[in-house]
Amino acid sequence: MENIQNFQILWFALIFILLLGYALLDGFDLGVGALLPLLGRTEKEKDTLIASIGPVWDGNEVWLITGGGALFAAFPHAYATAFSGFYLAMMLVLLALIFRAVSMEFRANDPARAGLWEKALAGGSALAALLFGVALGNVIYGVPLNDKMEFAGGFFTLLRPVPLLFGLTGLAAVLLQGASWAVLKTEGEVRERSFKAAQILTWINAVLAVIYFVALLNVMPNLSGNAFFYVAVALTFAGLIGLIFSLRKKNDAGPIWESSVAFIGLFLAAGAAQFPNLITASNNPNYSLTIYNSSTGLYTLQVMTVIALVGMPIVIGYTLFVYRLFKGKAKADGHY
Amino acid sequence: MDALLLARIQFAFTVGFHFLFPAMTLGTALVVLISETLYLITKDALYARITDLLARLLGLIFVIGTATGIVMEFSFGTNWSQYSRTVGDIFGPLLAAEGVIAFFLESVFVGVLIFGRKRVSPGVYWLSALLVFIGGHLSAFWIIVANSWMQTPAGYEMTSAGKIVLADFGSAVFNPSTVARFLHTVLATWITGSVMVCGIAGYYVRKGLHGETAKAMLKIGIILFAVTPLLQLGAAHGHAIQVIDFQPVKAAAMEGHFTTARGADVYVAGYVDEKNEKTYGISIPGGLSFLYNFDFNSEIKGLREVPKDDWPPVNLVFQSYHIMVTLGMIFIGLGLLGALLLWTGRLYTAKWYLWLLPFLIPLPHLAHETGWITAEAGRQPWIIQGLMRTAQASSVVVSKGDLAASLTMFALVYLLLFILFVMYFVKIVKQGPAEERIVNGE
Repeated sequence: MENIQNFQILWFALIFILLLGYALLDGFDLGVGALLPLLGRTEKEKDTLIASIGPVWDGNEVWLITGGGALFAAFPHAYATAFSGFYLAMMLVLLALIFRAVSMEFRANDPARAGLWEKALAGGSALAALLFGVALGNVIYGVPLNDKMEFAGGFFTLLRPVPLLFGLTGLAAVLLQGASWAVLKTEGEVRERSFKAAQILTWINAVLAVIYFVALLNVMPNLSGNAFFYVAVALTFAGLIGLIFSLRKKNDAGPIWESSVAFIGLFLAAGAAQFPNLITASNNPNYSLTIYNSSTGLYTLQVMTVIALVGMPIVIGYTLFVYRLFKGKAKADGHY
Repeated sequence: MDALLLARIQFAFTVGFHFLFPAMTLGTALVVLISETLYLITKDALYARITDLLARLLGLIFVIGTATGIVMEFSFGTNWSQYSRTVGDIFGPLLAAEGVIAFFLESVFVGVLIFGRKRVSPGVYWLSALLVFIGGHLSAFWIIVANSWMQTPAGYEMTSAGKIVLADFGSAVFNPSTVARFLHTVLATWITGSVMVCGIAGYYVRKGLHGETAKAMLKIGIILFAVTPLLQLGAAHGHAIQVIDFQPVKAAAMEGHFTTARGADVYVAGYVDEKNEKTYGISIPGGLSFLYNFDFNSEIKGLREVPKDDWPPVNLVFQSYHIMVTLGMIFIGLGLLGALLLWTGRLYTAKWYLWLLPFLIPLPHLAHETGWITAEAGRQPWIIQGLMRTAQASSVVVSKGDLAASLTMFALVYLLLFILFVMYFVKIVKQGPAEERIVNGE
C-alpha cells in the first residue's frame, strides 16, 4: 500500500507538470490567437503574428492530449467523472479547439473570408482558455458528486462565481503569455502594440492574482500552513514585478519567461490547494475523488512511470531543438 | 431513440470522420518521405517541388486530423465513462503512450515539414520527413493496439469487483490481433496516399500542367498504387485468418454463415436475410474453407455456435466487408494496369486512364470506412469482445438532450469542415507545385 501511494503522488505531480506544460506552451499560442484582432492591424501584421505560432501550436496542443491520456491512465475515475459530468462544457471546449486549430489554415487558403477566420481564431482561443480555467476552478472549489463518483450537478453548477474567477484569472494569464510571445517574435508597430498590451495585462493579472490567492485561502483555510502556497504567491508576484521592469526597458526575451513564472505560481497554488484531491465533492467530503480512491493499479502506474520518464525527456529535447530552428523574429514567408 | 444509441451514432460518426484524415496523413507522409529522399540523392529540384505541394496539403489534412482527434480522446470520458472506469488500467496507458511516444514526435516535426523549408538544411528537412513518417506510424500503432485490445483482449485480470486490471503490459500490447490489424490498417493508409497522389498527378499530366514534376509525381504514385494493394492482399488474408481464429462470430457474420460447416463457401456478393437466417448470393463453394488453410474441407464456425444475443448485425457486417473486399480487388486491377502502362511507356498519354485517376481518390476512403464498420460492428454487442457489453459502457450522467445537442453540433461542424476541406484541397491542387526553385536554408 505504501508503495502504490508513492506512485499515486508521483502521478499527481506528473499530470500537474503535463497540464502546466500545456498551460505555458499552448497558453502563448492561444494568447496570440485571442489577441490577434488587437495586436494586428494590417494583413501583413496578422500574417506575422500567426506565423509566430504556426509551426509550434500543434506540438503544444499535444501536451493537453498527453495530459488527458495520463489522467485516463493514472486516475480513470477522475477522467470519467469530470469529462462526462462537465459534458456540455467539454463539448464547448472541443468546439473552441476545433475552430482555433482550423482557422489558421483556412484563413491562409481563403483570403476572401480572412476576417471570418480571424474571428474564429480569436474566439476559439479565448473561449478555450476561459473554459480550462473554469473547469479547473470547479474541480478545486468542488462540485456535487454522488456515492458512485458521478457528477450530480448541472451545466449551470459550473458557472458559479469562484470557478468563473479561476476562468478569468486563467484567461488573463494566457493573454499575457500571448502578448509576451508577440513581443519576442514581432518587430515594428506590432511589437510596440504587444508591449503596450503586455503592460496593461500585467496589471490586470496582478489584480486578478490577488483576488485569486485570497479566494483560494478562503476556500481552503489549511492552505495557510502550506509552504507551496507561499512559494506560489512569491513566484507569481516575482514574475509580474519582473515583467513591469522588462516591459519598461523594452526587453524582448524577458517577458515570456517572467509571464511564465507568474503563470507557474498560479498553477502551483492550485496544485497545493487541491492535493491529494482530484475532484472535490462540495456536498460531502467523503465523496471526493482523491489520488488514492481514483487510481489504477500499481502495475499500470509502474509501466506508465517507465514510459513517462524515458519518453518525456526525449520529447522535451526535440521540442527545444525545433523551437531553436524557428528562433528569432517571425516571418510571414512560409506556409501561411 | 435512447441515449445509448445516440452515443453510439456520435462515436461512429466522429471516429469515421476523423479517420479520413490520419489515413491521408500517413499516406502523404510516405510519399513525402520518398520524394524528399529522392531529392536528397538526386539533388533534382523537381522532387522538392513534389514535397512542397504535398506539405501544403499535409498542413490542411493534419490540422483537421488533430482537431477531430482530440474529440476522440475526450470521448472515452465524455460518452463512455463506464468503459473508462472499467478499463482505465489498460486502455488509459495505451492512449498516454500514444501521446508520449508518438504524437509529440509527429506534431513537433510536422511543423518543420510545413514551415521549415527555408529555415533548415536539406538533411534536417529530410530528417523531419522521416520523423513525421515514424511518429505518424507509431501513433497509428498505439491506437490500433488500443482498438485491437477491445477485439482480442489479453494481458489482463478480472478483479472480484468486475474491474479489469493490467497483468502483463507486453501481452496486452501484442494481443493476438495487434500485428495483423496494424499491417492491414497501415497498408490501407498507403493505398489512400498513393491513390491521392495518382489522382492529383494524373490530372496535371492529362491537362499538360507542371511538366516533368507532374510526371515524376505520377510515376511515384503509380508504382505505389501497383505495389500497396498487392501487399494489402497478403496482409488482409493474414488478418482474415486471425479473425476466424480469434473472433469466429465476427468471421461468420462477414460471410453470412449461420451453421458450422466443413467446406464453407465464400461469397463474391450477396444478401443476408437475418430474420430467416439465410444468406443468398454468388459464392464459390468451399472457398472460405480453402482460403482459411488451403483445405476445401476445413471447418468454419457458424453464428449459431453462440446465443443470438451475442450476434452482431449480420447483414451490415456482411455488406460492409464485401464492399471493402470488392474495392480491394479493383485497386489491385487498376494499380497493375497503371504499372503496365508505365512499363510500356504509355502512361503519360493514356488519356482515359489519367481521366479516371482523380475519381478514384474517394474509393480508398470508402474501403477503410467499410473495413472499420466490419471490424467494429462485427464485434457487437461487445465493447470488449467477451468481457464487456457496449450497453454497459456509456456515461450514466449524460442525458438524451445532452447527446442530441452534441450530435447536432458535430454534424453541423463536421459538415462545414468537410465542405471547406474539399474546397481548399482542390484550391491547393489547382495552385500546383511552386514553379520557382525551392531553396533550403537562407
